[in-house]
Amino acid sequence: MFADWPILSLIIWLPIIGGILVLASGDNAANATRWTALVIAILTFVVSLPLYSSFDPTTSDMQFVERASWIPLFNIEYYLGVDGISMPLIILTTFITVFVIIAGWEVIQYKPSHYMAAFLIMEGVMVGVFCALDAMLFYVFWEAMLIPMFLIIGVWGGPNRVYATIKFFLYTFFGSVFMLVALIYMYFQSGSFDILAFHDLKLGLNEQILIFIAFLLAFAVKVPMWPVHTWLPDAHVEAPTGGSVILAAIMLKIGGYGFLRFSLPITPNASNELDWLIILMSLIAVVYIGFVTLVQQDMKKLIAYSSIAHMGFVTLGFFIAFMIMNNSETQGGAILGLEGGMVQMVSHGFISAAMFLCVGVLYDRMHSRQINDYGGVINTMPLFGAFMVFFAMANAGLPGTSGFVGEFMVILASFRADVWFAVLAATTLIISAAYTLWMVKRVVFGKVANNNVATLEDINNREFFVLGSLALAVLVLGLWPAPLVEVMDVSIENLLKHIAVSKL
Amino acid sequence: MEQIYLSIVLAPLIGAIFAGFFGGRIGRVGAHWVTSSGVGISAVLSLYVLWQFVSGEAEVFNDSVYTWMVSDGLRMEVGFLVDQLTAVMLVVVTFVSFCVHIYTIGYMADDEHNWPDESLAGRNSYQRFFSYISLFTFSMLMLVMSNNFMQLFFGWEAVGLVSYLLIGFWSVRDTAIFANLKAFLVNRVGDFGFILGIAAVAMYFDTIDYAEVFAKAPELANVQINVWGDESWSLMTVICVFLFIGAMGKSAQVPLHVWLPDSMEGPTPISALIHAATMVTAGVFMVARMSPLYEFSETALTFVLVIGATTAFFTGLIGIVQNDIKRVVAYSTLSQLGYMMVALGVSAYAAGIFHLMTHAFFKALLFLAAGSVIIGMHHDQDIRNMGGIKKYMPITWITSLLGSLALIGFPGFSGYFSKDAIIDAVHHSTIAGSGYAYVAVLVGVFITALYSFRMFFLVFHGEGPRDEHAKDHLHESPKVVTWPLIALAIPSVFVGYFTVDAMLFGDWFKGAIYVLPEHNTIAALEKVVHDGNGMLGHFYASAPFYLAMAGLFVAWFIYMKKPPIAHDIKTRFNIVHTILDKKYYFDETYQALFAGGSRGIGKLLWDAGDRGLIDGLIINGSAKTVGRVAGWVRNVQTGYLFHYAVAMILGLLLLLTWFVIV
Repeated sequence: MFADWPILSLIIWLPIIGGILVLASGDNAANATRWTALVIAILTFVVSLPLYSSFDPTTSDMQFVERASWIPLFNIEYYLGVDGISMPLIILTTFITVFVIIAGWEVIQYKPSHYMAAFLIMEGVMVGVFCALDAMLFYVFWEAMLIPMFLIIGVWGGPNRVYATIKFFLYTFFGSVFMLVALIYMYFQSGSFDILAFHDLKLGLNEQILIFIAFLLAFAVKVPMWPVHTWLPDAHVEAPTGGSVILAAIMLKIGGYGFLRFSLPITPNASNELDWLIILMSLIAVVYIGFVTLVQQDMKKLIAYSSIAHMGFVTLGFFIAFMIMNNSETQGGAILGLEGGMVQMVSHGFISAAMFLCVGVLYDRMHSRQINDYGGVINTMPLFGAFMVFFAMANAGLPGTSGFVGEFMVILASFRADVWFAVLAATTLIISAAYTLWMVKRVVFGKVANNNVATLEDINNREFFVLGSLALAVLVLGLWPAPLVEVMDVSIENLLKHIAVSKL
Repeated sequence: MEQIYLSIVLAPLIGAIFAGFFGGRIGRVGAHWVTSSGVGISAVLSLYVLWQFVSGEAEVFNDSVYTWMVSDGLRMEVGFLVDQLTAVMLVVVTFVSFCVHIYTIGYMADDEHNWPDESLAGRNSYQRFFSYISLFTFSMLMLVMSNNFMQLFFGWEAVGLVSYLLIGFWSVRDTAIFANLKAFLVNRVGDFGFILGIAAVAMYFDTIDYAEVFAKAPELANVQINVWGDESWSLMTVICVFLFIGAMGKSAQVPLHVWLPDSMEGPTPISALIHAATMVTAGVFMVARMSPLYEFSETALTFVLVIGATTAFFTGLIGIVQNDIKRVVAYSTLSQLGYMMVALGVSAYAAGIFHLMTHAFFKALLFLAAGSVIIGMHHDQDIRNMGGIKKYMPITWITSLLGSLALIGFPGFSGYFSKDAIIDAVHHSTIAGSGYAYVAVLVGVFITALYSFRMFFLVFHGEGPRDEHAKDHLHESPKVVTWPLIALAIPSVFVGYFTVDAMLFGDWFKGAIYVLPEHNTIAALEKVVHDGNGMLGHFYASAPFYLAMAGLFVAWFIYMKKPPIAHDIKTRFNIVHTILDKKYYFDETYQALFAGGSRGIGKLLWDAGDRGLIDGLIINGSAKTVGRVAGWVRNVQTGYLFHYAVAMILGLLLLLTWFVIV
């Protein structure tokens, strides 16, 4: 019944316009502002639900399509639509934003209206990235995303925020200009910015490789992949809690989404040629970053590094597809890897959000992120401790939580590409447990470490609601991932069919 | 039957949820009632299921409950496989768990004393403990009832989670939170192998459903795969060895055994339930369940055999020098798990499961009895402070005696049948490594008797207690503690005799366990002894009996008759004692090599890689370069008209020259 409604436009513009209204309302009635922002966020989430309930999982065609001419001179269109790959990520975005708004409730006292507005606008823009089917529209949303995040870190961030924002901005901007060149090149080849037309565009191998590398620079920075990951820990450390949550839960996924929407279907031959490079970078992310994570002293930095390691599974799952297809010994397995990467993205959205929120809860009370400043938090915050242990276990990929599902699928799939990929990927079982639980041991367990810990107060109802909702999401997805996998199945199958055909 | 199987699994889960989430509201009594009755229901239903199988009315059940997901044609289900093997495991798990639930009511009654004042961490700790042990029961049942590898892994890790939570139950104690992290990580090393095994199964069988995998196994028995370069391995060997690495973690086999002794930091009821009777035997159960795969790889069987024999012998030796009552029992558990693995290695899967069952009863009994002594001693666990406790705690004494006799394999007791069957099966085996294993398990019998009765005599007999203060408060434990002891003592004595004919020599495991004729050591054993009565009738003709008696006698002679000898031996063989006391330096080595090593690697990669190379040289380096170039170029922009004029003239000249020349 909702198929003909402009739902996607609503999800994009409702929060953006709402955000502008919130901004205009100012900080005089801060509470009213917060409530307005929350109502808008919830409304957006509710509006996004029909995307799931009215989604037709039997087709790989774009759904909820909206198409209108925008800049006729260059044949640029306002062209939106979703398939099984983008739809789950959009709902993830609208879901997480609600909790970001709640998490910043009384914590943000400095210009709350600006803060809330930034996140609402951010939400609309990110949804735009996920559902844009016109490459120029995509690029506009892609770059627009930087502005609110730049402000969020720059205004509400920590003491070293200027370094972090500049680094964040330059890094991501550096990546995306090459993508712009690639998009314009393909516009000249195809005569439009229609992404789906790009998919069918015939390209020579050298062209493909150049385009692939341009995309890689843009997406690898976003994911982020080793070795272009060093902006992330700095950005996370300086960002306010909400900023970290959006950054980890949604923005990183845009890189992964880019690989599926652009790199694989547009440059299948180049992806096939260079898959070893991505696989290498992914495995380094899992192992190298895993070890780096182990020695972090700053909780946020630790979780940021762990995000990089977990995102390594996403790119690994995507790019082993070619090796599996070329491997004569097995039939199937490529879809398992692709879907595993997708599941890992959604799951990491929940878990990393929850982990950063946990650190935020502690930071709000103690104003420190240093592990050494904590110890024995369980003595004063038992309820919080329970949540922290739960999310830590999810981060370590415990079966029954969503963290397990994607990693399990990717490990199973990578075994089909090469035994040693699976061996290296599976080391995450040990390393991720080591860094996460070691942190939990030092922060949560033990005797009360100091007087500050002794005076901590357990989480309030607001924090309980936020963490509880995410815990529920993590658990449900872990115990029954079928609904998520089903909606993406046909789209992924179609993608695989598409990339199996050479463009040369 | 599906409703019954679902109820068996869900009853403990519901109890755990109530006690865990509403512990504050339903109170202590509510919590132990809801969890105990949940597990009680499971126990009764499990007995019913077993009875259905015994009477031949039940059929093997194999069906899915719900589809976890389907991806790429690979169906992952949550489902149950209930056959004779499962039925035995169900009864063992739920019965021991039920006893432990009852026992916990007494053991944890004063738990608030274990927490610092003012600490909120101990709030509702009693309810939380019950919630955990019920959750454990649920996880263990999911593991043994699974009909596929995904759910097996789910249960496998879920019991690991609960084990982590329970070892670190007293979460403010430094030793406890060290031990639980260690346990989890060492188990993860095992799981690392396990998940690779599952991945190999998924790849080559294209399914993770047990029945389908087992049906396909014979046709894949001769498949060779390349793992490293051109060297080819048998697929079955690769799968079985990977899976067994998981079993080595969970069942604490050398060299992944180091977590189990430390796990004694947890409260005693869970040492009995998790770290003796059920969870640590998951590896044994898994290998037996996978017998249709293991049978096709003699290499893997030899691997299992050698690891098992090594564990059985060398960890038993450590048991002799331990002074912590729980650690003695823990090392005994390690050693006995080694015995079970040995049985699997010689394809006597039935004997392995048989020993798993009898061991579950008598080892749970020994742990709970040790716990009873610990209650009496007001949480002093050092056996050097005990002694003469027999007269204070008669029920604990007699049940301990029965448990110890079962453990050392005294004729007629449960352990006699199961352990002798293993030793004889090894004797009949021709597989590589069986010679070594035979010596190890044979000498192991002497060692078992020695450490068991060393502890028994030091705790219960002689003058004492050696700690004078203990006399004032030593008395028999309350009924909730002693009744479970009695309930476990009964099967410890009798279950072996009454089940040996069916489980070992009968066709009980016919459909569940698969043995190739040339590996069938139990059949060879059967030719000699015919049945249980045959085994019992010839006890005097077997070496293990004399070894056990010798061990018992030596223990009595050294620790009761001539106590100074113990000290003499210790000083004379100081090096041996030190090595055993240091547990062969496994902990120190691992701590330095793996814990220290990973931190070192992490620090190196972070300092040199991330901060040095990437950020220092490339990122900030290029930023600095841009800054430097900009600074240099800025010098040109001086603002003096004179400079600009000169530059213009120079430029003009250069341009003109260029035009002229070209």
